[in-house]
Amino acid sequence: MNDRGVPLLVGRDLHKSYGPTAALDGASIHVRAGEIVAVMGPSGSGKSTLLHCAAGIVPPDSGRISYDGRELNAMSDVERSALRRREFGFVFQFGQLVPELTCLENVALPLRLDGVKRREAERRAAGWLDRLEVADIAHQRPGEVSGGQGQRVAVARALVNRPRVLFADEPTGALDSLNGERVMRLLTQAARESDTAVVLVTHETRVAAYSDREVVVRDGRTRDAELVA
Amino acid sequence: MTGRWTADLIFGARLGWAGGRDGWIRTAMTAVGVGLGVAMLLTAASVPAMFQGRHDRGAARDFSASIGAPLAKSDRTLTVRRYETWFRNSSVYGLELQPDGPGAPVPPGVDRLPRPGEMVASPALARLLATPDGALLAPRLPYRMVGSIGADGLIGPDEYVFYAGSDRIAGREDVYRIDRFGNPGGGPEELSPMLALLVVIIFVVLLLPIGVFIAAAIRFGDEHRDRRLAAIRLVGADSRMARRIAAGEALNSAVLGVLTGAVFFGVGIQFVERITVGGITVFTSDVSPDPVFAALVALAVPAAAVGITLLALRRVAIEPLGVVRRAGATRRRLWWRLMLPVLGLALLYPLIGQVGATGGRLANAYQVAAGAILLLISVVAVLPWLIEGVVRRLRGGGVAWQLATRRLQMGSGTAARVVSGIAVAVAGGIALQMLFSAAAAANTVETGQDTARAQVQAGFGPGDGPMDAATITATFRAVPGVRSAFTVTQFYGVDPAAQPSASGQPVISVLIGGCGALAEIAVIDHCADGDAFVVNGRGEAGAQGAATPGPGQRVRIGDVEWTVPAAVRPALPGRDPLGREAGGVLATPGAPGVAALPAANVQTLMRVDPAVPDVYEHIRNASFRLSPDGYVNLLQSTRESDRFTTIRKSLFVGLVITLLLIGVSLLVSMLEQLQERRRLLAVLVAFGTRRATLGWSVLWQTAVPVLLGLGLAAVAGAGLGAVLLGMIGEPVRFDWASMAGVAGVAAAVVLLVTALSLPALWRLMRPEALRTE
Amino acid sequence: MSIGQAFLGLLESQPRHGYDLKRAYDERFGQGRPLHYGQVYATLSRLLKNGLVEVDSVEPGDGPERKRYAITAAGVTDVERWLGQPEKPDLHLQNTLYMKVVLALLTGRGAADILDSQRSEHLRLMRELTRRKTDGDLADQLICDYGLFHLEADLRWLELTAARLDDLAGKVRR
Ligand SMILES: Nc1ncnc2c1ncn2[C@@H]1O[C@H](COP(=O)(O)OP(=O)(O)OP(=O)(O)O)[C@@H](O)[C@H]1O
Ligand SMILES: [Mg+2]
Repeated sequence: MNDRGVPLLVGRDLHKSYGPTAALDGASIHVRAGEIVAVMGPSGSGKSTLLHCAAGIVPPDSGRISYDGRELNAMSDVERSALRRREFGFVFQFGQLVPELTCLENVALPLRLDGVKRREAERRAAGWLDRLEVADIAHQRPGEVSGGQGQRVAVARALVNRPRVLFADEPTGALDSLNGERVMRLLTQAARESDTAVVLVTHETRVAAYSDREVVVRDGRTRDAELVA
Repeated sequence: MTGRWTADLIFGARLGWAGGRDGWIRTAMTAVGVGLGVAMLLTAASVPAMFQGRHDRGAARDFSASIGAPLAKSDRTLTVRRYETWFRNSSVYGLELQPDGPGAPVPPGVDRLPRPGEMVASPALARLLATPDGALLAPRLPYRMVGSIGADGLIGPDEYVFYAGSDRIAGREDVYRIDRFGNPGGGPEELSPMLALLVVIIFVVLLLPIGVFIAAAIRFGDEHRDRRLAAIRLVGADSRMARRIAAGEALNSAVLGVLTGAVFFGVGIQFVERITVGGITVFTSDVSPDPVFAALVALAVPAAAVGITLLALRRVAIEPLGVVRRAGATRRRLWWRLMLPVLGLALLYPLIGQVGATGGRLANAYQVAAGAILLLISVVAVLPWLIEGVVRRLRGGGVAWQLATRRLQMGSGTAARVVSGIAVAVAGGIALQMLFSAAAAANTVETGQDTARAQVQAGFGPGDGPMDAATITATFRAVPGVRSAFTVTQFYGVDPAAQPSASGQPVISVLIGGCGALAEIAVIDHCADGDAFVVNGRGEAGAQGAATPGPGQRVRIGDVEWTVPAAVRPALPGRDPLGREAGGVLATPGAPGVAALPAANVQTLMRVDPAVPDVYEHIRNASFRLSPDGYVNLLQSTRESDRFTTIRKSLFVGLVITLLLIGVSLLVSMLEQLQERRRLLAVLVAFGTRRATLGWSVLWQTAVPVLLGLGLAAVAGAGLGAVLLGMIGEPVRFDWASMAGVAGVAAAVVLLVTALSLPALWRLMRPEALRTE
Repeated sequence: MSIGQAFLGLLESQPRHGYDLKRAYDERFGQGRPLHYGQVYATLSRLLKNGLVEVDSVEPGDGPERKRYAITAAGVTDVERWLGQPEKPDLHLQNTLYMKVVLALLTGRGAADILDSQRSEHLRLMRELTRRKTDGDLADQLICDYGLFHLEADLRWLELTAARLDDLAGKVRR
C-alpha cells in the first residue's frame, strides 16, 4: 500500500496564523489517488485548518500545496473556485445543505454550478441519492429530514460531480454510532468505487478505521505515520 | 397579573441591552431606524407651524391695511415706495422709506428708520453683498449699510430684503403713505381646492411609507430574536411570557427610537436654514412640531411597536426547540385584503366631480385623506398575497434564479414587508404625478410671450427723467451678451374733437420707434425714417381701442396736440414679442411733429445670449444706471403658479428621501439575512460557487418582490390618480413618462441596495465562516 | 507482565532500595495487589543479570541487606525501546498502557508519542476489523464491532489519561 504512485495532492510545511494563534505550524500532508487519509488530533490542533488549506479554501501564510502538479498558491481565486467545483467534493459536520432547496436540488447543485442542465443534473443526483439509500426523501427540504439522512444527502452532493478528492470534516460528528457507521460505509464504498481520494478529518478512531492511513496533527504540526515508519 | 406583565416587559427590555455586541447592534439599528422615521414625522408635524410662522411675519410687515383710504400727512405717517429687483433667481424686496414725522412707524425687525442714504438689510442680503457676486447687485443698492433686519422682519432666513432711507420720494406718484405695518387679514392667499387636495395627498403619500418604514424597523432582527426566545422557552418560559418578553424588547427599542428621533430632529433643525426646498427656506425657530401630534407620535410609536410585535408573533410559534413559522401552513387570504381598496373607493367615489377645480375650499379633506390612505394601504395588504402567489409558481432558471426563488418560496414575508414601503411610495407618487399633470395644465398660464424673439424687457416711465430712445437702446446694446435691442415710446392720446362719454374717451395709441422696431410690431412693407403707419388692430389699449385714426387726425397727447401725418400708410397688425397686438399709429422718430411730443413710457426689448454669465444682472445694472426707477422683466412663454412649482419640487425631494429611507431598511434586512446565512455561504464557496452566482441570486431575491411591488403600485397609483382626477373633474390621462420616472427612482434604489450589500456578501463569503460557532 | 520495565522506569528517575521500589510500584500500579518480596527480588536479580541495573551501594545493618539499585545505560535504552514500542492491541491492555504513560512522564518523556504510536498500532487492527466487518456477514459484523468498540475505548482512555497526566506532569515528576 506504500507505493501506490505519486501523490495527487501534496501540502508541504504549511503555516497559517490567526492573529497570535498559529493554527498550522509546519504541517504537511500528501494524498494519493483513491487513497483514504484520516486526519486526527486533539481539538484545536489545526485539523480543519489543514483541510481548508489543502482544499484551496483558505490560503496558507506559507508553504506549498500542489494538486496534480499544479501549484494552488499560484492560481487565482477564480481558478481555485473552478478547481473546487470540478475536482473536489466537500462534506462538513452540519449546516451545509441549502435549506430552501429540496434534497434532490441540493445534490444537483454542484453539477448545476458547473453548467450542467437542470434535468440532467437532477437525473444524476437522483442516482446518487439512490446509491446512498435516501431516494425517498429526494423532494423533502433539509429541515424535514434527520441528521443521518441529511448527512447522506451531503455525501451524495459531495460525490455527484465524481471528484478526485473528497474533503470531509467530521462527517459523522453529529450522528449516533449506527448512523455514523452507515454514512462512513456508504462514503468509503462510493469513494472507492469511483476512485476518489478522501481526506477525512475526525477525532473518532472508529471512523478513522475506514481510512488507509492516518495523519496526526498536534499543535499545528503533523506526524505522518507513514513518513515516520 | 400586571406585575408579571411589567416583570416580563422589563426582562425583555433588558435583553435588548444584554444580548452582547450583536444584540446591542440590533437594538441600535432599530432605534436608528425608528428614530429616522420619528424625525420625519416630527418634521411633517412642524409644517403647519412653519407655514404659520412665515405667514404671520409676512402679515406683520405688510402695510396694505393703511392703503385703502389716502392718509393725511402727519407726524405719525411714513411714505414708502416699493423697490423690487431680482438677483439671479431670487427676488430682492425693498422699501424706500421717508418718515413724515418723528412718530413714523418702523417695519418689524428694525429698531429705527434708516436715514437718507442708509439702508438696513437682511443677513442673507448682507452676506450676498459681501461676496464677489454681490458686486453685481451692489450698484443697484447705492446705500450705506447701517444695520440688519432681525428675524421677526423676515419670512425666511434666505430672504433678500432691505429698507432704505430716502428724502426724495415724498410727492412721487408711486408711493404710499402709511401709518402702521401689520395686516392681520393679509398674507398669502388660501390654497385653491386643487392645490389643497394635492397637499393632502402629498402628506399621505410621504407619511405612509414612513409609517411602513417604522414598522419594518421595529422588526429588524426578528428572526434572531425569535431564536433567542426559543432558548428562553427552553429554560422554562411559557409562550405567553415569551410574547411579553418580545414585546418588552420591542418597547425598549421603540422608546429608544423615539428619543433618537427627537435628537435627530433637534440636531437636524439646526441645519434647516441651510436647506432650500423649492426656493423656500425656513427659520429653525419656525420648525416646532404641533405638540398634540408630537405627543401622539411619542405614544403611538411604542404602542405600535408592541402591537406589531405581538401580531407578528401570531404567525410564529416559539417552541423550546426552535421557531416554527406558521406561514407555510396557512395560505394568505385575499378577501380582507381587498376590503381596503373597496372601502377606500367607497369613500372617494361620492366625491367624484364634487371638488371644484377653482374657487371654494376643499371641504372634505379628511374624507379624501382617509380614502387615499385606504387605497394606498391596500398595496401593503395585497402585496404579501401577490408575492406569495407569484413566487410559488416560479421555477426553472439558472442556479442564481433557483436559489433566489426557493428562498422567497420559503418565506416571502420579510421581503413583502420591506418592499411594501417602496410600493406605497411609488403608488402615491404615481397618483400625484397624474394629479400634477392636470394641475399643471390648470395652473400654467400661457403668457403669449415669444421668448425666441426677445428675452428681456426693460422700461422707464415718464417720471424717470427725460430719456431718448436712442440713448436707451445704445446703453443696452453696449451690455455684453445683448445681441440686439429696440426701443419704442408709447403715447396714449385722445381725439380732442370727441365728446367725453360715460364710458370715457376712446384712446388713440401712438407708438414711436425706429423702422427695425416697428417691423417687429407690425407688418410693414418698406420703411424709412419719417414714415408713419396706421394699423387696424386692437392695440394695447384693448377694449377701449379707438377706431383707426386716419391721416390728418388730431390727437391730444398731454398738453401737446399732434396731427397724424398725411403721408401715413396702412399696415397690417402684428404681434410684438410680448404677445401684444399693435394698433393705432406707428411712427418713426423722423415723422413730422414727433420730436415735439412730451416724455412718455419707453420700452426696450432685447435678445440676449443666455450663455454669457450674468447677462441679466448686467442688464439690470445698465437699467439702473439709466434710471433707478426703471424695470427689467424676463420674458416667459408660460408662467406656473409659484406655489405649484414649490409643491412639485418638494414632492420630488420628499419622494426621493422616502425611497432612500426605505432603501436603508431594505439594506438592513438584506445584510441581516446574509449574516444569518454566512455559514451556508461559506459552504457554497467551498463548493466553488462563483461570486457572480451569489451576487445575482441576491439581486433576484430583491428584484422579484420589488418588481411585483412596482406593478401593484402602478395599478393602485393609477387607480387612485384616476379617482382623484375624477374628483376635480379632469379627464383621466395616464402620464406614462412620469410613471416611468417614479418607478425608475425606485428601481435605482433597489440597484443601489444590491450594490451596497455586495461588499458584505464578498466579506461573508470568506472561508472563516466555515467554522462552527 | 512488565514489572521489569516498570522497575527500570522507576529507577531511571532515581536510584532506590528494593523495598522502596516495591512501595513505589504498589503505590502507582499495584491496584490493591501488592507485589510479593519474592517477585521483587527475582525481578531485580534478572535485571542485574542482564546488566540493566547495578547495585549502587550497600548499607551495612542487622536486618536484610539494604542494597540500593540504580539503572544502567543499557537499562535506559531498554526502557526507551519498551516505551516506544506499541503494545499489541489486546482487550486487557490498560495496565501496561497506564504503566507506560506514567513511566514516560516520570522519566520526563512526553506521553503524546506513546499515544501516537499506540494509536497507529490500534488503528492497524481496527482497519483490519473494519474491513472484515464490511465484507462479512452479520455475525462477523457483531464480533468485529465488539472488538472495535473496545479498542476504541482503549485509545480514548489512553488519550484522556495522556491529556490528564500531561496536565499533571509537573506533579508526577516531583
Ligand atoms: N477563522 C479563525 N479565526 C481565528 N482563529 C481560528 C480561526 N480558525 C481556526 N482558528 C484557530 O486555529 C486553531 C485550529 O483550529 P481548527 O479549527 O483547525 O482546529 P480543529 O483541529 O479542527 O479543532 P476541532 O477538532 O475542535 O474542530 C484553533 O486554536 C482555532 O482557535
Ligand atoms: Mg474542526
